[in-house]
Amino acid sequence: MANIETLNSTAAGLDAVAPRLGEGPSGAKPRPALSSRNIILYGTLGVAALYYLLPLYVMVVTSLKGMPEIRLGNIFSPPMEITFEPWVKAWAEACTGLNCDGLSRGFWNSVRITVPSVVISIAIASVNGYALANWRFKGSELFFSILIIGAFIPYQVMIYPIVIILREIGIYGTLTGLVIVHSIFGMPILTLLFRNYFVSLPEELFKAARVDGAGFWQIFLKIMLPMSLPIFVVAMILQVTGIWNDFLFGVVFTRPDTYPMTVQLNNIVNSVQGVKEYNVNMAATILTGLVPLIVYFVSGRLFVRGIAAGAVKG
Amino acid sequence: MTGQAQAGRPNKLLRNLNAKIASIPMILTALVIFVGGTFWTVFYSFTNSKLLPRLSFVGIDQYERLWAAPRWVTAIENLALYGVLSLIFSLVIGFMLAALMDQKIRFENTFRTIFLYPFALSFIVTGLVWQWVLNPDFGIQSVVRSLGWTSFTFNPLYTPEIVIYGILIAALWQGTGLVMCLMLAGLRGIDEDIWKAARVDGIPMWKTYLFIVIPMMRPVFITTIVIIASGIVKVYDLVVAQTSGGPGISSEVPAKYVYDYMFQAQNLGQGFAASTMMLVTVAIIIVPWAYLEFGGGRKRG
Repeated sequence: MANIETLNSTAAGLDAVAPRLGEGPSGAKPRPALSSRNIILYGTLGVAALYYLLPLYVMVVTSLKGMPEIRLGNIFSPPMEITFEPWVKAWAEACTGLNCDGLSRGFWNSVRITVPSVVISIAIASVNGYALANWRFKGSELFFSILIIGAFIPYQVMIYPIVIILREIGIYGTLTGLVIVHSIFGMPILTLLFRNYFVSLPEELFKAARVDGAGFWQIFLKIMLPMSLPIFVVAMILQVTGIWNDFLFGVVFTRPDTYPMTVQLNNIVNSVQGVKEYNVNMAATILTGLVPLIVYFVSGRLFVRGIAAGAVKG
Repeated sequence: MTGQAQAGRPNKLLRNLNAKIASIPMILTALVIFVGGTFWTVFYSFTNSKLLPRLSFVGIDQYERLWAAPRWVTAIENLALYGVLSLIFSLVIGFMLAALMDQKIRFENTFRTIFLYPFALSFIVTGLVWQWVLNPDFGIQSVVRSLGWTSFTFNPLYTPEIVIYGILIAALWQGTGLVMCLMLAGLRGIDEDIWKAARVDGIPMWKTYLFIVIPMMRPVFITTIVIIASGIVKVYDLVVAQTSGGPGISSEVPAKYVYDYMFQAQNLGQGFAASTMMLVTVAIIIVPWAYLEFGGGRKRG
């Protein structure tokens, strides 16, 4: 599985993203602060940073303006009169179709989708990864290979058969159905993540436990789990952001009353009828982006690791 | 101890029984969803299923109809243009940012946080933000006009010929941070001594990058390209949020075509055929990569 090694080395390499500055007084001699090299360097980085920050700034500024001010001014000017009305409206009153209870419904749907999906997918994948790392049986690598190759197959190819299966079971359009879908499509990358992690743990521990008579579940619960906190955190970040940001599965597998936040947001903003309230739209957009942003800012470098490991999932 | 000895030599099926039980979800997913689902869709793409899937075979009719449809051809052209440009630009921008970040700069963490945060946001959020920034009546166009250039025109999202560039701008904003991170990891993996040797030999910096460092980073580049490329084929949310495929059909993409025909137009056969073409596209990207990675027997010897 050469692709696994690549991913592994990518993930490991990302730890090297940490600044080298902490390594002590090695390296080149200090340069004067205002050299032309530094001006070009920081100038370029500064301009690039501006480009990346601009949309966020525009979003926040727009969401704090009243509609008359938006119609008059330009999108970059700061609000003359700060109002939180758009935020209240986006959360509690904005309309999608017949419902006019704002994004709050979508928010709680997303919570009810994300929490069980994350727990279930991680529970299944960690056990899978453990079995693949320590208890290989005939065919296990084959199923795993299929799973990994499956991660590259466009979802569109598999969506309709899943619709049929869910409809047959009678959970099409429910949150349960969507939770199952997320658990299925989270499996390849998470299993890979856990398998690689468990392989990297010292084998002697596992062997010693077996000699002592511990079984499959005992070793998993008492030895492997306590050593695996970091990888669980990475998997959690990956899944929380991935599932929260999902749109395609949400739109295919839910109905208007079970829409996740992303789908509801898109419907609010892109609905054709009525006057466009740009400030409410931007407040709604920020509200939807808030959860993954908080995860990103809180988790820092772990986020990078998780996302890089999960990038194949797209 | 006899019990232990017996447990150590059970029959073949019961060996590692717990591991097998624990792997049932994985086995079911692999076989039923990934293999079964894929074959099912490919199989039914040769039928004339409309509202419901049904087994009346029509050969390659669906594919002929697909390639005769202007909407699909537009979708493919858009994907090709968008794909090539976003691949080139995200690699170039990502690498340049990483190279700048690798110059032992101060505030490295701050810059990295700024470049990467859009990646945490969903394509829906990205699309809606850029829809607003590029809004002709309030966004960049109107701001520049109000500065005095009254004839300034930059209205990609409502101009069919350039709408795909409007989507590209948003996609690059969202995705280059990740490319930068991957590239930075690759650069940090390069031995310091290479740089010292190049400096001693008097090789200019850009030459060192172009002829020594980049070739050494080949695995990183390949991984990054595969990651970007498989994301490109799936592009859907961004288009839905930013333009809904418009104006007209000018920003249509294959993933949207599939969704629309499966769930809105109720023409399943077309949806299956289109999704099968997406599968073929991905295979065209993945197979050479897998061949390179597995070494085609080269590495195994």
